[in-house]
Amino acid sequence: MNSTPVIVVKDLKKTYDKFEAVKGVSFEVYDKEIFGLLGPNGAGKTTTLEIIETLREKTSGEVSVAGFSIDQHPNEIKKIIGVQLQAAGYYPSLTLTELIDLFAGLYNATVDPMEMLKQVGLEDKHKAKFKELSGGQKQRFSIATTLINQPKIVFLDEPTTGLDPQARRNLWDLIRKIRDNGTTVVITTHYMDEAEQLCDRVAVMEAGKIIALDAPDALIDKLVATGFERKKEVKKANLEDVFIHLTGHEWREG
Amino acid sequence: MMAIARASFRSIMRSPSAVVFTLLFPLIFILVFGFINGGGIRLDVALDGKSDLHNPVFDSIASMQGIHLVPGLTKAEIDHNLQKGDLDAIINIQKRLADNTISYNVDVTTNMASREKGIIIRSMLEHLVDKANLRAAAMERPLVVLSSKEIQVREYKTIDFILPGQLGFSLLSSGVFGTAFVFFNLRQTLVIKRFFATPIRKPFIVMGEAISRLVFALLGAAFLILVGYFAFGFTLIHGFATFATMLFLSALGLIVFMGFGFVVSGIAKSESTIPPLANIVTLPQFLLSGTFFGIENFPEWLQPICKVLPLTYLNNAMRLVAFEGAGLGDILIPLAIISAWGIFIYALAVKFFRWE
Ligand SMILES: Nc1ncnc2c1ncn2[C@@H]1O[C@H](COP(=O)(O)OP(=O)(O)OP(=O)(O)O)[C@@H](O)[C@H]1O
Ligand SMILES: [Mg+2]
Repeated sequence: MNSTPVIVVKDLKKTYDKFEAVKGVSFEVYDKEIFGLLGPNGAGKTTTLEIIETLREKTSGEVSVAGFSIDQHPNEIKKIIGVQLQAAGYYPSLTLTELIDLFAGLYNATVDPMEMLKQVGLEDKHKAKFKELSGGQKQRFSIATTLINQPKIVFLDEPTTGLDPQARRNLWDLIRKIRDNGTTVVITTHYMDEAEQLCDRVAVMEAGKIIALDAPDALIDKLVATGFERKKEVKKANLEDVFIHLTGHEWREG
Repeated sequence: MMAIARASFRSIMRSPSAVVFTLLFPLIFILVFGFINGGGIRLDVALDGKSDLHNPVFDSIASMQGIHLVPGLTKAEIDHNLQKGDLDAIINIQKRLADNTISYNVDVTTNMASREKGIIIRSMLEHLVDKANLRAAAMERPLVVLSSKEIQVREYKTIDFILPGQLGFSLLSSGVFGTAFVFFNLRQTLVIKRFFATPIRKPFIVMGEAISRLVFALLGAAFLILVGYFAFGFTLIHGFATFATMLFLSALGLIVFMGFGFVVSGIAKSESTIPPLANIVTLPQFLLSGTFFGIENFPEWLQPICKVLPLTYLNNAMRLVAFEGAGLGDILIPLAIISAWGIFIYALAVKFFRWE
């Protein structure tokens, strides 16, 4: 795997009033990898991502994205990244097609809205208004908007939260496809199976600090090496396998 | 920026409250006032039941301008209505036959309540009687001839007063309420935050939103003016030039009012505090800026307040332009005062504006 860094974070700190949410983290994200940021609620994942995305002011430290410093060239960065926010909104009364057109306009790009929606399995909803989508569909739409400018780097903050198991798997496929097309993906998630399957490397954050950073396999091996042993799996399948078996593999249109 | 303008415009068009406030309310007021068409006084007159109706005197009374004969009332009703003031006068015409000549006796009863109308009716009748007598006397050279002239003026209709006021009101509510809600919501629903993640620069987000509101409000203004013009004979003295000047004024007014909207959306802590705040801005102007009544009608102590509000000047300027044909050069003072408000309010807006 390529290991040219596209994102370099050095001793990043963020203080809200008096509360230190990010306490000096440093890491690199390599070109064309899927990088996972894991950690419990409130660990500082979103804060870290949004600083890199130039949406929040940092307190101190250095961050560069594709060679651009977030202090000097935030707008150059915005042009080459695609951002899915943990919480974001869209004009509620516009249809998906109109919203895609809107964002295409913001990036000065021309895209085929149907093509974009198809990637997340929402092509049948192209005439629906944003407010009429289900939670998971909103999430999927939000992911579609990150791809409009054919970004070099895509940030996904808990993209699979609220998705059904199939949608989650389909999204994994989409994320792998994005990566295979040469885009770097930074993702946060609370699902360890997801991180294990998807991510080339993961950083584990806790209380504003990175406490581990490596490939999932390597982290697992390290744990196993300490003599850790998981309780034996008794059954050959779990409830998720049942669910998927029962409801099929396609995107749910709902 | 145009992408935001377009999206925001669609969004406005789909929001019922924007359409209602900008178009429907003013339109309803215009309809209501357009149909209460002024045009002189109306004198309600009833004929006493015993009156003789087949005579020239009655015919001339009935054909007099302003006289409205109320038919079909009983004697008791007539008396009662005159007492109440629903009727302005009762007329009783009696034919008399004496020495082979016909003469008429006209009896008029008016009430104290509508004294001025009574006086008018009396003098109208006197005039009528005199004329008849004069003719009967066959006087060839009348002693005194009254010749009166009325200067031609353009008819100032109710609509000429109401429409500019309603237009101002429409701009005010669209500017203040619309802007305040939209920006508050965009912030609250994180639409703006999502925009920040794209290369669009911050001022363009505001400008895009502002342009769409401007386009929407100007379409509304054009619509109101045209409805007034075609349906109610609203006076556009120089035709299209006047129309264009009014739209220019509308744009200026809206931009200033949007400033109020920005301030409100910046100050408001929650969605429910927007309406009261916006009302603090709009209600006084709505009532005191000559939207429905000329500000001359307000008591002395209110006048200074009236004369401070920007909408007063917008309304005045609109009326001057539409009815008296003032060009932009003739309304520099109102323009200057409105612009001064604009500068003041945007200075505040910059202070209070919040992105998140
Ligand atoms: N705007 C803010 N003002 C004050 N404190 C904040 C703000 N945003 C986040 N915090 C605090 O910073 C800490 C880190 O928040 P952050 O959103 O980065 O966590 P996270 O790792 O993304 O959590 P989650 O898994 O729940 O999304 C939290 O304790 C949170 O309370
Ligand atoms: Mg988060």
